[in-house]
Amino acid sequence: MSNTGRIIHITVYRFDPDQDSKPYPATYEVDASHCRGVMLLDALEYIKSHLDETLSFRRSCNEGVCGSDGMNINGKNGLACITPLASLPDKVTLRSLPSFPIIRDLIVDMTRFYKQYERADPYLQNTGDAPAKERLQSPEERSKLDGLYECILCACCTSACPSYWWNPDKFMGPAALLWVARFLADSRDNYENERLEALQDAFSLYRCRSVMNCADVCPKGLNPAKAIADVRHRMLDEST
Amino acid sequence: MVRNILALTGSGVRDWLIQRVTALLILAYVITLVTYVVQHAPLTYAAWHQFFACHVVKIVTTLILLSVVWHAWIGMWTVFTDYIKPRMLRRVLTVSVIIYLFYNLVWGLDLVWSI
Repeated sequence: MSNTGRIIHITVYRFDPDQDSKPYPATYEVDASHCRGVMLLDALEYIKSHLDETLSFRRSCNEGVCGSDGMNINGKNGLACITPLASLPDKVTLRSLPSFPIIRDLIVDMTRFYKQYERADPYLQNTGDAPAKERLQSPEERSKLDGLYECILCACCTSACPSYWWNPDKFMGPAALLWVARFLADSRDNYENERLEALQDAFSLYRCRSVMNCADVCPKGLNPAKAIADVRHRMLDEST
Repeated sequence: MVRNILALTGSGVRDWLIQRVTALLILAYVITLVTYVVQHAPLTYAAWHQFFACHVVKIVTTLILLSVVWHAWIGMWTVFTDYIKPRMLRRVLTVSVIIYLFYNLVWGLDLVWSI
């Protein structure tokens, strides 16, 4: 769909905790040809620059790398900066990431999400002697990280996960578990037992019900549900 | 994380494995029963009685009754810990389900082993 002369009605659920008891919709009429680029983020920038400077949202790299502008776009989580306006209908509804506490408008509190990420111990751990320079990997060993290391922590997957909605304090969520899988798969890490031991309880890993929303919404095309299944199989191998 | 004492095992991998193994056992049992009923249609009380009088069937049925208790315990505990947030209500519901499951187990064992 061409953006030339196209009018898009963008409804944003606004929320200011100091003034509002709950989010309310505000609709903006945007001429797509007036936006500086062709992505949804450009339309939001247009609204902020020309229509309503109080509209709040996060953004940074503008190319799907930083993961700052995760939001719910017409009912599905995604990144505004890599969502082409041409892929959207003339009426667009934007909400903050579901289940995350709202700080303001489209900005959510990521504290709980980062705490779960921290539980994944997202760094290499190795009890072996430190090498003179660096720990080497063969191309085959390195290829095992493909599909795992690309996560940008945008939280689109975790925010779309029903198991995380019900138990955000106990279930680590798809993003954090993808990171667990990433370090379990790394040949330079030998903390497999410790990493698995930390997931023994009934919630942290096993509350995943394979709903697959995570894989459906991941803007990087990753599959956290498969990574979780792989961790479970690894756990089963070690436990039996 | 503090272990939930109303959970069957409290171990994620154990619950996960038990639920899958018990599901397969229950499925195999149901298929066997349905096959028997179809093969012996119209089923008479005498044929049904003879089937359950067999010791192997009694032992297998006992195993299946236990499987149902374990499977339902894990499943209902999971549902309650997802959806029922008031702790006292959740405890009451979970304990009620556990009592109900054991009542059914005892009743089922009584039926099976009295034939």
